[in-house]
Amino acid sequence: MQPETIPDPASSHTARQRWMAVLARAGRADIISLLEHVPPLPNHIVLRGPESGLVMVRGRAGGAGAAFNMGEMSVTRCTVRDADGRVGHAYVAGRDRAQAELAARLDAALQDAGWHRRIEASVIAPLALAQAEQRATTARKAAATRVQFFTLATMRSGS
Amino acid sequence: MSIDLPGFADPVLSAQSTFRAILDAMSRPGTIFLAGQGLSPPAPLMPASAACLLTLVDAETTLSLDAGCAAARDWIAFHCGAPAAPVEAADFVLALALPDLTALGAGSDDGPQDGATVILQVASLRSGQRLTLSGPGLRAPATLDVLGLPDDFVSVWAINHARFPRGIDLILCAGDELLALPRSLRITRAIKEA
Repeated sequence: MQPETIPDPASSHTARQRWMAVLARAGRADIISLLEHVPPLPNHIVLRGPESGLVMVRGRAGGAGAAFNMGEMSVTRCTVRDADGRVGHAYVAGRDRAQAELAARLDAALQDAGWHRRIEASVIAPLALAQAEQRATTARKAAATRVQFFTLATMRSGS
Repeated sequence: MSIDLPGFADPVLSAQSTFRAILDAMSRPGTIFLAGQGLSPPAPLMPASAACLLTLVDAETTLSLDAGCAAARDWIAFHCGAPAAPVEAADFVLALALPDLTALGAGSDDGPQDGATVILQVASLRSGQRLTLSGPGLRAPATLDVLGLPDDFVSVWAINHARFPRGIDLILCAGDELLALPRSLRITRAIKEA
């Protein structure tokens, strides 16, 4: 890929990561209600799944930022191929198999420029907005209980 | 990427029935069992060999593909997720032509289970050179017709058999049929009646 060209939103790697991330966190009911504003998605066949499993979530702790295993979370994945031959993947949080299949179908459709315009505006953007608001609310609540370890930080930097 | 073909429609039941078929085939050498019916793997994979891969090979086993199978590499990687390994270090070898059995991992006397399993696609299990099989699992010697093995297979196999308990196990696949030739088997050339 040449760096000068502006990436097509329907084929850009980063853009795809973004919509897949939004779909991974969205609830099935929210997706379905937003899809009412979009014509029916192309027919599809399932290539793999939907199947559920566990993934280890890792975090960073301590002054050195060493990785530690925070805990496992359930994840459901699905891969589909739609009628136009586009392959869509989805890894979604939780065990909702229907959501994973729906997210994979959306991922396949979103790679097509025509579908991308419709779905991005009607489904992805509202979901992303709602998720950002949710994150901001949680961050505000957490910030109210934050403790500043000034002394600890001073001791670390002094040693 | 050629991953646009599905794997097992029902992964659990299909893998269980295929495993059963492979187990039975290993227990009754030379008997033909069915596997992979309804499966549509990418060329050059056959349904039976694809079913063996989907059943036996996963992220915890290493796999080596011979050059002829390169077109199916993406499909196998997507559905099995097995790390690739050089042929001498692989747990499983998928081949369109019999590889040099002495070059593969044969396990050790302490760990004979580490010997490689070769999944070999052949043209037919019902015609071609006639072999006589005897050994564990066979009350009386059995005959096998197979098209697609090299002419000197009997001497190649004798070397493999002589290393017992170390050695290579072979699964022959043609279409949706498979049979197994475990390393404990003695194979001789049979005189074909006209």
